[in-house]
Amino acid sequence: MTYLTESPLDLTRLLARVHGADRGGIASFLGVVRSHHQGRGVLRLAYSAYPEMAEAECARIVAEAETRWPVQVALEHRLGTLEIGEAAVAVVVAGAHREEAFAACRHVIEELKRRVPIWKREEFADGGVDWVGAEGAGAESQ
Amino acid sequence: MTSSTAPAPLTVSVRLFARYAEVVGEDCVQVALPGGATVADLLAALRLQVPRFAVLPARPLCAVNLAHVLPSHALRDGDEVAVLPPLAGG
Repeated sequence: MTYLTESPLDLTRLLARVHGADRGGIASFLGVVRSHHQGRGVLRLAYSAYPEMAEAECARIVAEAETRWPVQVALEHRLGTLEIGEAAVAVVVAGAHREEAFAACRHVIEELKRRVPIWKREEFADGGVDWVGAEGAGAESQ
Repeated sequence: MTSSTAPAPLTVSVRLFARYAEVVGEDCVQVALPGGATVADLLAALRLQVPRFAVLPARPLCAVNLAHVLPSHALRDGDEVAVLPPLAGG
């Protein structure tokens, strides 16, 4: 399974992967590029990854969710330059009922944010560029 | 195979990403370490051997062979170690 893609995300395609006659509850989450970050206007974002580990970590997160709940999970994260309003991450979870679908969907997106090595560089409307989540020390000292 | 008294020295490759690669000006370096070295030992060696590595945080997130590890993780010859800036996926 490939979890990283440079192509636009397509919720319908992910939905088709998990859809099934016995799955009555389907939950989805779409993370979309926002036009501002901590009060600064954002023009676009560039996502990059440690691709081998990001794939491995996504596979572990999906396997954990599918073991913990009776669900099937589809997950994709986009890399490259994204404009405002474009989807960066998509999770679709199908189960027999809504409880497990919502719980597993929440788990997958929270664990992705906590564990998957992906970074984003923001290009601001005021001309600045910065890595999201950068700790101060030594950052952008050129 | 006979076991020796002192563990053999080891070499690991260290990969840097995103802001850390920019700050250090490298995205991959090879480091030789004494046998039994841990991730914390590797970080100490990097601060001495790699210009500008010392400006990175003292306890960055690290991974070995594609999985997150603690600083106490013991390294083996040929390991791929990644030093990861704060994650920002999603």
